[in-house]
Amino acid sequence: MSVPYALALLGAAWMIVLFLIPLISQLSVSLMTGDPETGFNLTWNFGIYAELFGPGAAVPYALFLGRALLFGSIATIITILVGYPVAYFLAFRAPQRWKTPLLSLVVMSLLVSFIIRTYMWGFILGGHGPILTWLRELHLAGPDFHILGTAGAVIGGLAYNSFPYMVLPIYAVLERIDRSMFEASADLYASPRVGFFRTTLPLSRAGIFSGILLVFIDSVGDPVNSQLLGGKTTYMIGQAIQDAYLSQQQYNVAAALSTVLMLALGVILLAYARFIGTDNIEDLA
Amino acid sequence: MTLDARRARIGRRPGFVLPAVYWAVIAVTLVPIVAMIAYSFNVAPNHRITFVWHGFTLDYYRHLTDLSGLWQAFVVSVTIAVLSALISVVVGLPLALALDRYRFRGRSLVWGIVFVDISAPSIVVGAASLSFFLTVNLHTGFLSILLVHVAFNIAYVVVTLRARLSGMGTVLEEAAGDLGARPLNAFFTITVPLLMPGIVAAFMLALTMSIDDYVITSFVAGSSTTFPLFVYGAKTGMPPQVLCFGTIIFVAGALLALLNGALNRKSSF
Repeated sequence: MSVPYALALLGAAWMIVLFLIPLISQLSVSLMTGDPETGFNLTWNFGIYAELFGPGAAVPYALFLGRALLFGSIATIITILVGYPVAYFLAFRAPQRWKTPLLSLVVMSLLVSFIIRTYMWGFILGGHGPILTWLRELHLAGPDFHILGTAGAVIGGLAYNSFPYMVLPIYAVLERIDRSMFEASADLYASPRVGFFRTTLPLSRAGIFSGILLVFIDSVGDPVNSQLLGGKTTYMIGQAIQDAYLSQQQYNVAAALSTVLMLALGVILLAYARFIGTDNIEDLA
Repeated sequence: MTLDARRARIGRRPGFVLPAVYWAVIAVTLVPIVAMIAYSFNVAPNHRITFVWHGFTLDYYRHLTDLSGLWQAFVVSVTIAVLSALISVVVGLPLALALDRYRFRGRSLVWGIVFVDISAPSIVVGAASLSFFLTVNLHTGFLSILLVHVAFNIAYVVVTLRARLSGMGTVLEEAAGDLGARPLNAFFTITVPLLMPGIVAAFMLALTMSIDDYVITSFVAGSSTTFPLFVYGAKTGMPPQVLCFGTIIFVAGALLALLNGALNRKSSF
């Protein structure tokens, strides 16, 4: 065996057996029928997809998927709108020797367990928490006003938790931009505004795309924020997959939901890459 | 306006908007962290944290291991994190070398798998892994968690190391070869030491990804419990010791980061 194959063998095999094959075999699990008592058999039941997502589905999975895509999109847009100025500040305005400490503050929240962070938000925003107590005392909120359980709380949680993953790739790309580009655009009589939209923003496209990949994908699939910060009206596809698998043990249903989620994300991101574009697909990760 | 004046404006426009946005974001970032630290010191009457301040106490730090299950879950998490980070570096380093240094059939396929591995949503990876273990009848538990954590960590390790390798070049290894070093010898005396910062970074990234993973682990854990699973299971009320653990991990992580920063600063002079 030649050298590169010997080097790649173990790592590639590990990913193929424990990642790729499961991903594909999930498709076959989705086509099984049966129940947890008697076991599941492959019956090529393609009808399950229509059954779960078609009109008249017993549980509105299409709604859960649509809601997840909507919440995920809004959370992603928020992280871009807030994350881009932060990355820009770090790359171009922060003094050189303060860059690393200031960047560390952005990723500081990652040192706290994701579940604890989200739980603490629930604790703070809850009915007995300081925010609602102050709002009530200032008569800005009625006794029935609540934050937890709303779409806003879930979207805020998603945006908060994924924020660093948007800032880091944008910052990395901005840092690499050759500063002479700005001089060139000014030399050509571009106003700072035009210079930004014609030079900086297009040059940071790849960073924004990496950020979108990281943030959008995990926000759409996330079961935690909607569970800890949301309620019945915020139930998302990630929770549906978890419940179908772990509480109801409907393996075929869970596998079908998961396959559809993967396909939906794949189609959306390919369309994005095709129309808005990215320069180099290996840059993404 | 003259050209020079225009140039002078670039990059030095006085503004308060950007710093204001930055500091507002940091303030929001801090909210749950400060709450976690503060409430780890609050007396909790029914061993569940409450908003009302009942008084300062160090009791929960003194009796960290009293809460049944939490300490065990923490040990399981740390063990899996360290093992999965080690294995994924040992397995991922040769793979990164193969992808960076050689052109071979199937190379773009392997890159494709790495890419999909990183970008696939956790919930799908978790569900797919459980489907797979059920199909091949592997009992889920410690081993299945470890296998799956290595599978996602390899991808992070490969990407991190590849970035370092492509910036490093092969000149020094070739020089070692010209001086008569065998390839394996050159690898261990030249490549590995040069790559060390990358290896450490990859190890730390893998460690973090593993120790904080809830979604994937929730599917493949079987009857094992990791730290995030334990915390999530406490939904109905958070025992104060959980916040103590969170605070200790946070402080340890922050100290490591400070130390690392100090060392880097020193070595750059």
